[in-house]
Amino acid sequence: MAVTENKLAFDGGWGYDPAPESTDHIKVKSRYGLFINGDFVKPEKGKYFDTVNPATEEKLSRVADASQADVDKAVKAAREAYRGPWGRMKPAERGKYIYRIARIMQERAREFSVIETLDGGKPIRESRDIDVPLAAAHFFYYAGWADKLEYAFPGRTAKSLGVAGQVIPWNFPLLMAAWKIAPALACGNTVVLKPAETTPLTALKLAEVVAEAGLPPGVVNIVTGAGATGAAIVEHSGVDKVAFTGSTNVGRIIQKALAGTNKKYTLELGGKAANIIFADAAIDQAVEGIVNGIFFNQGHVCCAGSRLFVQESVADEVISKLKDRMETLIVGDPLDKNTDIGAINSSMQLEKIQSYLKIGKAEGGDMHQSSCRLPKKGYWCRPTIFTGVSQSSRVVQEEIFGPVLAIQTFRRYDEALTKANNTPYGLSGGIWTDKGSKIFKMTQDIRAGVVWANTFNKFDPTSPFGGYKESGVGREGGLHGLDAYVKLGA
Amino acid sequence: MAAKRLAVAKTYKIYIGGKFPRTESGRYFSFEDKQGNVVANMCRGSRKDFRNSVVAARKAQPGWAKASAYLRSQILYRIAEMLEGRRDQFIAELQLQGAAARAAEKEVDLSIDRLIYFAGWADKYQQVFSAVNPVNSSHFNFSVLEPTGVVSILAPDDSGLLGLISNIAPAIVGGNTCVVLASESKPLSAVSFAEVLHASDVPGGVVNILTGFRSELTEFFASHMDVNAIVYCDGRKAVARTVQELAADNIKRVIARDQVDWLRDAQDPYLIRDTQEVKTTWHPIGT
Amino acid sequence: MALTALKKKSARLPDLSRIPAVDEVGVNERVARFQTRSIKKAAKVEALKLILSMIDLTTLEGQDTPGKVKQLCQKAIHLHDALPGLPHVAAVCVYPTMVSVAKEALAGHDINIASVATAFPSGMSTLKVKLDDTRMAVKAGATEIDMVISRGRFLAGDYRYVFDEIVAVKEACGDVHLKVILETGELGTLDRVRKASVLAMHAGADFIKTSTGKIQPAATMQVTLVMLQAIRDFYKETGKMVGMKPAGGISTSKLAIHYLVMLHETLGNAWMTPEWFRFGASSLANDVLMQLMKQSTGVYQSPDYFSKD
Repeated sequence: MAVTENKLAFDGGWGYDPAPESTDHIKVKSRYGLFINGDFVKPEKGKYFDTVNPATEEKLSRVADASQADVDKAVKAAREAYRGPWGRMKPAERGKYIYRIARIMQERAREFSVIETLDGGKPIRESRDIDVPLAAAHFFYYAGWADKLEYAFPGRTAKSLGVAGQVIPWNFPLLMAAWKIAPALACGNTVVLKPAETTPLTALKLAEVVAEAGLPPGVVNIVTGAGATGAAIVEHSGVDKVAFTGSTNVGRIIQKALAGTNKKYTLELGGKAANIIFADAAIDQAVEGIVNGIFFNQGHVCCAGSRLFVQESVADEVISKLKDRMETLIVGDPLDKNTDIGAINSSMQLEKIQSYLKIGKAEGGDMHQSSCRLPKKGYWCRPTIFTGVSQSSRVVQEEIFGPVLAIQTFRRYDEALTKANNTPYGLSGGIWTDKGSKIFKMTQDIRAGVVWANTFNKFDPTSPFGGYKESGVGREGGLHGLDAYVKLGA
Repeated sequence: MAAKRLAVAKTYKIYIGGKFPRTESGRYFSFEDKQGNVVANMCRGSRKDFRNSVVAARKAQPGWAKASAYLRSQILYRIAEMLEGRRDQFIAELQLQGAAARAAEKEVDLSIDRLIYFAGWADKYQQVFSAVNPVNSSHFNFSVLEPTGVVSILAPDDSGLLGLISNIAPAIVGGNTCVVLASESKPLSAVSFAEVLHASDVPGGVVNILTGFRSELTEFFASHMDVNAIVYCDGRKAVARTVQELAADNIKRVIARDQVDWLRDAQDPYLIRDTQEVKTTWHPIGT
Repeated sequence: MALTALKKKSARLPDLSRIPAVDEVGVNERVARFQTRSIKKAAKVEALKLILSMIDLTTLEGQDTPGKVKQLCQKAIHLHDALPGLPHVAAVCVYPTMVSVAKEALAGHDINIASVATAFPSGMSTLKVKLDDTRMAVKAGATEIDMVISRGRFLAGDYRYVFDEIVAVKEACGDVHLKVILETGELGTLDRVRKASVLAMHAGADFIKTSTGKIQPAATMQVTLVMLQAIRDFYKETGKMVGMKPAGGISTSKLAIHYLVMLHETLGNAWMTPEWFRFGASSLANDVLMQLMKQSTGVYQSPDYFSKD
């Protein structure tokens, strides 16, 4: 398609009225303790911190700041539950408890979605249609594995590890908790989990569900806090396994901290995925894939398609269509059912994104943002693309974790592939073409743990997820996700 | 009466990129038999030898990974054939390295058989460990194993041939290339094994074998940023700590084989899986 | 000037190899996104009124009589007099033999008379018959012609034939607006829908339309999206706007609003008028009226209070 001056107009005219999800049935307590040994308890040192709605900058609740003593208590409770009821329970019974968690989450789905959106800033459409249903599905999937582990590891016997210490990020707070807790429990372990500092609420709600499901005390412990709390869990001598999702830098620190300890670990770290559009692709669907790749969850996605490679013969067309599409993205109140892009998770993250916008421009990149209006309060970033950047640009090399896409063009397959793999990361990748043989070649050649062909940012409990190279160690999800939570005996 | 013929002593070299150079450092260490006689002056491999090996291994890796499973299987089988042909030499070398005759014979036989064992896995482990995942959407989704890339191996010190082969075979049968530091106390058989590899259709660079000092080279094996995984076979806690700490610089996969009975335990496809990545691919199902 | 005229005369078969592929699952996902839009309050009322004004009120049955057509026209004029300030529908859509009846019944009202033609619905006749059919409807007073493409020829790969036929019908229409029905339910794939859309637009279609209503599936959001994207690309390339008419199977306000959302987010404001978008429907109007009444009174409605024709 030749790109001409003929423009489409999306602004003005008919628009959508606000359609906010109601919050009147939601109960958020003014203060939350730590969920240890089946009860919410006060933190030993009595310290709390605020958790804030990033869309309004208003305080939602105060949450306990767990100290070493609290972590000790949680690990001890987990150890006792492991030695006691949970460790001795028949696997099939364990599975039934996990099924219960899934069911209760489904029943309370609306509550979880609204709180996820309030606490994290993600659009209610995503928490309602993606985060919460997927989290419940994760429990449902792994519940069934509990009494079938002998079929997962042919020739070997899978044994539980003990106490799993788990530290999760703020981009998918509930879903990451599910990714961590469900397989750990299914394999017979007990858990001490720390949600991210800026998004602790749904994990605490999950603690309520765990209690409601009647799990023995200590099987799941949720301790809130910042980096120091996370470090206390990771380095705790009573923890047998560490599971971390977050930045590569912190992952590196954790891997070093675990050196010489014999603790098993899985790391789900950063990414800078290439999304590669060939000229023969289904262009309109590819444009959707680009949008879904980088603007999903405000770009706070480790597997985001943040590097776009477009074959030169269709580059103008793709970029023009992308710009049109960006104009139709609704940025604003995350609770509004029509919002496509919600609030940036924290002021810190917003500053980081904004610093990259400056860097990109200073590097000579051509920045384009959609023309949408932004709310006055809260943390916001317009959907942004950079053209005229190259592999040597920092906005191409570094993970921004925001709605910022770096676009490069290519001429030949080899060129696209070389640049796609020219990164220390290797979490995910995308390829768009109508030619089957090219799909198979490219999906094999990309050095990444998840490759989406003619689609992007799809997740499923049955589908293993995890990175090559500096994007992490181990897989979560599916049969392969069990591996992280067992030791294999003869 | 014929004059006693002077035996030709073998020069033990290192094996990098399909070639047998001496160490670039020019250094050596003596290998002595039980009586204290110098049997050979071994190359005392250096940091640069290691670096060159990684370059060779990286270069060879994509081609080796793309070789068909059937071909990799035949090449591993070929290694076994070549080893069988030099069985006596290896038995003698193992004895020089301190093994009793019976034990040496057993180790060589097990080594040959272990190669056959892993040769047989080449076109099967994928079928055991991969999966088609029944996702809840209109997509075809499958997970397969792919080689992690370049693997550095600190071979066990106590098992000069069988321990070496038990670590090399599972790495390369899965499409990885490797750089191996041979046993320091039993280095002869590693160099001779390199000669076997060289005669076995193994492409240059797929296996690179260095001899040298563990204490000197471990940090480079663990820290190199273009190495994807490290295998170590050393029970000492300090070594484990060093390896793991340095490996974290590029999030290397760290595989500890510090409690393996090489005679008994290492016949296992999970050893192949240790140096594999799981790749999951999604594609829409539509008309 | 002369060159422009020449260009206009000689419509040329476009390069069909350059039409982008369509991925069905991706289309489904995009459509699902439109359907998650929540349209409330003033935006909803505005949408409902817009929908009414975009309706081609249709009767296309073998049992049609002048009596039935007259009743339909009455309905077109008096949608629901109990609710003041309603727009009228865009057109009534009838068979050629009923055009004169409709013309008389709609005299003095600004409502278009659309006539199907070209051996509707199958199109299985000679070009001569199709052209006569068209001319007859135009002569009888049709202001819009809804033609069908020769699907058999299209599926057999005879694109040239299909193209030339549209060009000829367009010529027979003169100034009367031509809507080209692709009958997407017989084309089988979204790739073919896209190809047929491009073909029709290059041949001179003023509108492209999904379906006759006689074949299942009729209009779907999926095929409509693909056609809207073809319209967008055609506009971007040529500067020429082409209209869109999904027809058949759109009978609820909720679904019609989703179509509007899709139109709005694909082509933008310029197409959000009856001049560029129509719904071919027979029962949609009453459902929209019930919704409007509910918005106005706050009370859920019964069909018994809304005239069928």
